[in-house]
Amino acid sequence: MTTITDPQRETFRLGMLIYDTRYRSMTIQVVALIAFLILIGWLISNTAQNLADLGKEPSFRFLWEPAGYDINQRLLDYNSQDTHLRAAVLGLLNTLLVAVMGCITATILGVIIGVLRLSPNWLVGRLMTVYVEMFRNVPVLLWIVFIMAITIETLPQPRDFRGEDAAATMKVFDSVAITNRGLYIPEPLFSRGLGDVEVAGNRFEISLDLILLLVVFGASLYASAQVKHRADRIQEQTGVRPKTFWKRSAIVVLPTVFTLAILGFHLGYPALKGFNFQGGIYMRNSLIALWLALSLYTAAFIAEIVRAGIMAISKGQTEAASALGLRPKRVMSLVILPQALRVIIPPLISNYLNLTKNSSLAIAVGYMDLTGTLMGITLNQTGRELETVLMGMLVYLIISLSISAVMNWYNNRVKLVER
Amino acid sequence: MSGTHAHTVAYVRESMLPEQAPPATEVGIIGWGKANLFSGWFNSIVTILSLAAIYLILAAILPWIFSPTWNATSLNECREILAGLGREGEHGVSGACWGVIRDRWLQLMFGFYPPYPITPDVNIGEAPVGSGVWPAYFRPILTFVLLIVALAPVLFEHPPRKLLYFTAIYPFLMPWLLWGGTIWSPLSVLAGFVIAFLVFRFVSTSYSSLLGIILAVVAALVWWMVLSGYVVDALDSILPVGIASVDSRSFGGFMLSITIGVVAIGCSLPIGIVLALGRQSDLLIVKALCVGFIEFIRGVPLITLLFVASVLLNIFLPPGTNFDIILRVIIMVTLFASAYMAEVIRGGLAALPKGQYEAADALGLDYWKSQQLVIMPQALKISIPGIVSTFIGVFKDTTLVSIIGLLDPLGLSNAIRADAAWNGIVWEIYGFIALLFFVFCFSMSRYSMYLERRLQTDHR
Repeated sequence: MTTITDPQRETFRLGMLIYDTRYRSMTIQVVALIAFLILIGWLISNTAQNLADLGKEPSFRFLWEPAGYDINQRLLDYNSQDTHLRAAVLGLLNTLLVAVMGCITATILGVIIGVLRLSPNWLVGRLMTVYVEMFRNVPVLLWIVFIMAITIETLPQPRDFRGEDAAATMKVFDSVAITNRGLYIPEPLFSRGLGDVEVAGNRFEISLDLILLLVVFGASLYASAQVKHRADRIQEQTGVRPKTFWKRSAIVVLPTVFTLAILGFHLGYPALKGFNFQGGIYMRNSLIALWLALSLYTAAFIAEIVRAGIMAISKGQTEAASALGLRPKRVMSLVILPQALRVIIPPLISNYLNLTKNSSLAIAVGYMDLTGTLMGITLNQTGRELETVLMGMLVYLIISLSISAVMNWYNNRVKLVER
Repeated sequence: MSGTHAHTVAYVRESMLPEQAPPATEVGIIGWGKANLFSGWFNSIVTILSLAAIYLILAAILPWIFSPTWNATSLNECREILAGLGREGEHGVSGACWGVIRDRWLQLMFGFYPPYPITPDVNIGEAPVGSGVWPAYFRPILTFVLLIVALAPVLFEHPPRKLLYFTAIYPFLMPWLLWGGTIWSPLSVLAGFVIAFLVFRFVSTSYSSLLGIILAVVAALVWWMVLSGYVVDALDSILPVGIASVDSRSFGGFMLSITIGVVAIGCSLPIGIVLALGRQSDLLIVKALCVGFIEFIRGVPLITLLFVASVLLNIFLPPGTNFDIILRVIIMVTLFASAYMAEVIRGGLAALPKGQYEAADALGLDYWKSQQLVIMPQALKISIPGIVSTFIGVFKDTTLVSIIGLLDPLGLSNAIRADAAWNGIVWEIYGFIALLFFVFCFSMSRYSMYLERRLQTDHR
């Protein structure tokens, strides 16, 4: 007869904090936390001590003081008597402007190059490889300052456009002027415009025309989507898909065109007056250089992503779709693209993130983005290193985390459901 | 009728015909061209357009490159030489001005590192001083050559394994060769590691390994923070052995890029591995700290971290601390690279099948042993492409230091373009810098392909 006795219950000893795996992880975590807190406390006490020695108590009051510097490329009204805060907001808008422009052109270029790299034509494939390697292996900052230097040194000056036999002429039916100071393009004007609306206590003005156009365009996109849903339903019920191409095109285009006509849309062309161009939209060469360099550089990376995404879909998928009787266009849109996009989109978005972060290199060519205003001139004028740099980092962090959040949401949506 | 089967049926051939060569249009260069360049009308048009584009580009670039201006001393002289040759285009003369490269290439390589012999007992001034044999340039060149020697056993299979000892010593040799000073400082840093190792060996054999690690770290810190200063001073006064020291201000050009890049790359890999393991670990607080660090660093642009290095780091440290700007930049670039490295390695860890972890546990390996013997070798192999592209990114990002005023090639290019003699130079100087970066980065990416092939163990 055997008796089973419980093992003697161990009493807790101090040594078990290290030797017993049940408690050791606790010990390590507590030690790590304490070390981290000590480090943070040490840094903060050093900072407080140093700032007290310098006579600079941390304060954000400088944000409401007049900035006293000019921002040469801006999306909103601004003069040098406005506050540092407004300058920083304009800088942020400039960052977003170049980031959005860059993402759009980089995507278009990158997709074209990535597809062409897979071309059966040997020569085209090689040319695109040369492009990709050339742009990927040279620093983006070099491209930015290089393109900036080219625009300054080789493009004509505004005064070259003057006189009877001018050294330079305007391009595209006399509507676009390319000068070494920047690009002048026609601007949209409304002869029967609705004016501006002031928001946030008349700090910012937003064009009512723009809002109206966006609303109309959004509504027509929605209506077009409804037509598609209806066609889908009819196809499911009857098996015959009604032709909706013309209907949908008209719904998307016509209301917007109609609204433009009502508002009296016309273009305002830039014209040479005195020593410089007046009218039109003026894009400084710093913006052009930054935009071009970021687009060309990021396009090389996007091309590789697109190529990898298409190559990741096995040939059997195409063949299986064809065997089901789908036409080549539908094979692409129903079978290949949804799978390839799952591979392409996450790295694509992380490249958008990189482009946005790289736009901070604007400071090298004097484009007034967030780095140039808040962490550049404001820092130098007020001497508030700690506040400005931390604020700038925080803003970039918020932008990055929002883009990552979008990426995670998308990843979860398209994730393959596995066991 | 000899070839046919005369007796049975007339049309059946009874002997094999000799094999004939394929048609001339299907093989060789013509066949290849037909298959790859001119298959169909669309492809043919595209090929012809591409050829035209290549011709236009080459026709513009080649005459520009072949321009006999190597000995010119200013841009105006270049223009005179080219005008003398009658090479005038619509926009002034056409042709490169290579004189700027001849004039400034040493500066682009070494910055303001003294181009004359220097010795420890003479102050480095403006005029050539010292009585040494070689100009001080030999020091960065030697550092670079030794770097290749130190890396060889890590990168390739053939070099003797004994070279790994030299690899271990190199991190202490490199700063001494570049910055100079007494030899006792790098030796005392090295001594700290030796002390830590001895303490660990002694304690872990007689007590426990965890206690050994803690005591080793404490001993090394005590040595570096308290004792080593006195010891170095004493040894230096007894036996002054050393080479002339060079200021950080003199550092510049590609030497600076390579220094920052190599140190950041070398340090970021181990830190990145630790961060990746921390992010994958079950310890909640450790994981949270690692995630916070990685996401913070990856969320902000490098340039803001460099601003921290140049204006904020001195505020964060105890009053009176003032250490070298290059060191501060290296610290920030290393932190930046580590966060990206951690994410790449985490990808490798996540890609390993769960069975590998379970098998390592089943073998009775503890956490560190299983990481060392089973997990890491496979995870690192998977992440090689990502690791190398992070390396390339770090090396390219070293150009950002020009924004905070360090004289890397880009910073120098601004100075050169502002020089009266070379005002107006664009293509030559940026082309030269771009070419050098291209050579480095392209060879790194080719090496990663070679490494992937070498480590490939699956059947293909």
